[in-house]
Amino acid sequence: MKVSVVRNVLEANERLAQELKEVFAQRGILALNLMSSPGAGKTSLLERTLADLRDEFKMAVIEGDLQTDNDARRVAATGAQAVQINTEGGCHLNASMILEALKQIDMEGLDILFIENVGNLVCPAEFDVGEDYKVTLLSVTEGDDKPEKYPLMFNLSAASVLNKTDLLPYVDFSMESAMKHMRALNKDIEIFPTSCRTREGLDAWYGWLRGKRAEKKK
Amino acid sequence: MHEMSIAQSILDIVAQEMEKNGLKRLIRVKVKHGALTNTVPEALETCFMALTAKTPMEDAIFEIEAIPAKYKCFSCGTEFTTEEHGRLLIPCPSCGEDFGHTVLAGKELYIESIEAE
Repeated sequence: MKVSVVRNVLEANERLAQELKEVFAQRGILALNLMSSPGAGKTSLLERTLADLRDEFKMAVIEGDLQTDNDARRVAATGAQAVQINTEGGCHLNASMILEALKQIDMEGLDILFIENVGNLVCPAEFDVGEDYKVTLLSVTEGDDKPEKYPLMFNLSAASVLNKTDLLPYVDFSMESAMKHMRALNKDIEIFPTSCRTREGLDAWYGWLRGKRAEKKK
Repeated sequence: MHEMSIAQSILDIVAQEMEKNGLKRLIRVKVKHGALTNTVPEALETCFMALTAKTPMEDAIFEIEAIPAKYKCFSCGTEFTTEEHGRLLIPCPSCGEDFGHTVLAGKELYIESIEAE
């Protein structure tokens, strides 16, 4: 017997992601899915953002890593709520993990939820975790050809933070080439060259966050 | 290696469909696979085999039908396809533009049908 199925393979994840979107919409929480290679600076960007915007927004973080709670402890030091997920080998976060982690977060009055995905420029792009926007970081030490090599993540991201610009004098990284490829993959992508170390460019990133937060609150 | 969790999702859906239709033995599962998904068809098949080994689904045939990527040119509006796997930056055959194309097809990943008894 042949049965016509026509069901999306990722439907289970997408159904849960939809549930998450409804929770976030009801509460007016801006949810961002932060993705990058390991070491691009996701946690550093969060440390700066959580500390600098502390008086403006109530923020929480869900941290995804294979092992350790190092990142949750780093961001919790800023005073924000942080929950660590250990995927124990899993290469990405999925919606059911976020639903589970949310139980540990006090969502009352929450403005922004950051979901820091597992460091990986490939797999996390495929799984919706209920976010409003995907944000991909790229650091200048990784090479300017990465958007071209790992296109899907940049194609799907609303914004990209180009981190570690303080190291530009020491590496062969063409900002022009990286930005050109990002825009070719996604003509609407917002690009923020930053250095979390020197704070260069962070204000533009904060401006984007404020804008998206205001849109979501309406 | 997120193919393993995708293969598990395929298995879950197949098991649901078999139960719904009162079927016991899986003969074939047919998956449509877009060229722009970040998954490797061969790896998907391997994961499916690993997950079904020593189960009643062990002998099932895992069939993948590729859906090529299809784009609409940002500049001149020409619709075109390519055989190259997973390329998002690709020049338009009509005007050469490689910027900002709209993806019309290639991101699909779904189970089209199963054969079972």
